Amino acid sequence: MRGFLLSLLRVSAIGRNTFTELVRQKVFFFLLIFALVVIGNSSFLARFSFQEEFQMLKDVALGAMSVFLSLLAILATANLLPRDLEDRTIFTILSKPVPRHEYLLGKLLGVVLLLTLSTVVMGGLFLTVLLLREQGVLNETRQAFTGTPGELAVALDQVRSAAFGPDLLPAMAIQLVKSVLLASLTLLISTFATSGIFAILVAASAYLIGHLQSTAREFWMAGVGIHWWTRIFAALVALVFPDLQAFNLTDDIVAGTPLPHGLFLQTVALGAVYSVVYLAVACFLFQEREL
Amino acid sequence: MIALARPLRLMAALAMIAAVGALLLPWQASLLSLARAARYRTAPLDLSLREQVGQSGFLAALSGFRSPLAAFLWIEAHSAWEKTEWGRMQGLFETVTTLQPHTLLYWDIAAWHMAWNASAAVLQDTRQKSPVLRERARRQYVDLGRRLIEDGIRNNPDSSLLWERLGILLRDKLEDHAAAADAFGKAASLPGAAPYVHRMAAYEEARTPGRERLAYGHLRSIYLDEPAMHTPRMLSRLRDLEHRLNLPPAECIPDPSLPASR
Repeated sequence: MRGFLLSLLRVSAIGRNTFTELVRQKVFFFLLIFALVVIGNSSFLARFSFQEEFQMLKDVALGAMSVFLSLLAILATANLLPRDLEDRTIFTILSKPVPRHEYLLGKLLGVVLLLTLSTVVMGGLFLTVLLLREQGVLNETRQAFTGTPGELAVALDQVRSAAFGPDLLPAMAIQLVKSVLLASLTLLISTFATSGIFAILVAASAYLIGHLQSTAREFWMAGVGIHWWTRIFAALVALVFPDLQAFNLTDDIVAGTPLPHGLFLQTVALGAVYSVVYLAVACFLFQEREL
Repeated sequence: MIALARPLRLMAALAMIAAVGALLLPWQASLLSLARAARYRTAPLDLSLREQVGQSGFLAALSGFRSPLAAFLWIEAHSAWEKTEWGRMQGLFETVTTLQPHTLLYWDIAAWHMAWNASAAVLQDTRQKSPVLRERARRQYVDLGRRLIEDGIRNNPDSSLLWERLGILLRDKLEDHAAAADAFGKAASLPGAAPYVHRMAAYEEARTPGRERLAYGHLRSIYLDEPAMHTPRMLSRLRDLEHRLNLPPAECIPDPSLPASR
């Protein structure tokens, strides 16, 4: 028990340091760009009908969140090991009684903290802009309306339902899970990568191929009228790469499709399984890597 | 842990990932089925979309950016509208609705642009000298609007809004009152229907030859159940139907505020 607690303390110390290190690299500047995208987009869209305005605000903000989180997950993680090797920090850490798997777990924890904070800040900013625009449209509707109180209530309900949907929060949570998966995958790649750039390129390729995994899987499973080598290639893609399309539920959530709890929970669980597996394989590879 | 040479270790890692991938396959397949049953992940990502959005757009759609891409194309369609480029708008609307087939707003507004704005604009287009060809173009845009709404309904069969919009188009642009009554009736039967849709169905039934008895029954029950509906329009429709059905005074609406039945 005491050993487990000590292990937790070591992992959290490495996680905190990694997080601080990433923050010092001014990675949060991207939040400024996100703010510009959301606020600029919001003021530009004011000339559309309120349904179009809210629809596009949600589309663009959640799309931008997805881009930034994916980029952050790959770029922040890919350089962790090469930089520690370059400035020799890794030798200082591993010369202490810190097992290598704890070192990797701590590194991932730092990135997860960064991704979580980024999701909270971007989500908060997006919801604030959405709420402000919703209040603006509600006030305009109240001032312009001349019908009965019942009709006004119906109109206001329409504005509210067009603006905020309860599934926006699970949508952001799924984006966070996807980015953690990407961070874990990038960490795995960086355990055998020879440089940060190599890790970034491989992780970006895995990101693209991962979005085709479900297509390859269906192609492989159906397997009718295709060459054997195509089938083997599809099988390899289906087995080796994560199914990233499974995490692309935001498009349909923004369209107003209700998100069943089972689907949400299973998607989160799938992301967690992938992340744990990639971390475990990363530990396996890193265990005997010559530093 | 067994010490392995680096290439062997990499191969072993790949084998581990593939083994876990094999174990996850049934789960991934069931998750996909669950998602499709909930109308998630149903948008087609095929060659026709590739031709519509180009290579970069297709890559963006594949990478999970269908909704932002649709939003940008929608803004482009809006700019095309400001320049009254109806043909370009049509192409953009088809791409947007292919990318986001479950966003009702896109079907609704795209159909409205085609059936109302484009059809009216081509009818007044003085560059086309022939009134016959102008009328033909008008009809084509109305049909296009109808097709968009019907495609929207095929993708969203439970949408009361789209059935209602189809009813409005059939009523106002095609004057097919029987079909409009059916569309409004379907809209009224679906969850989330606007409270006025069942009245619209009854009004259209009243305008359909042969359905007067049915229409009278519906309007009468609305009149009796909803005191707020004692409007001049409702009363005049009821009175007209009583006249057309030649109802005896005892069967007419027993409201003293109504003029005497003829």
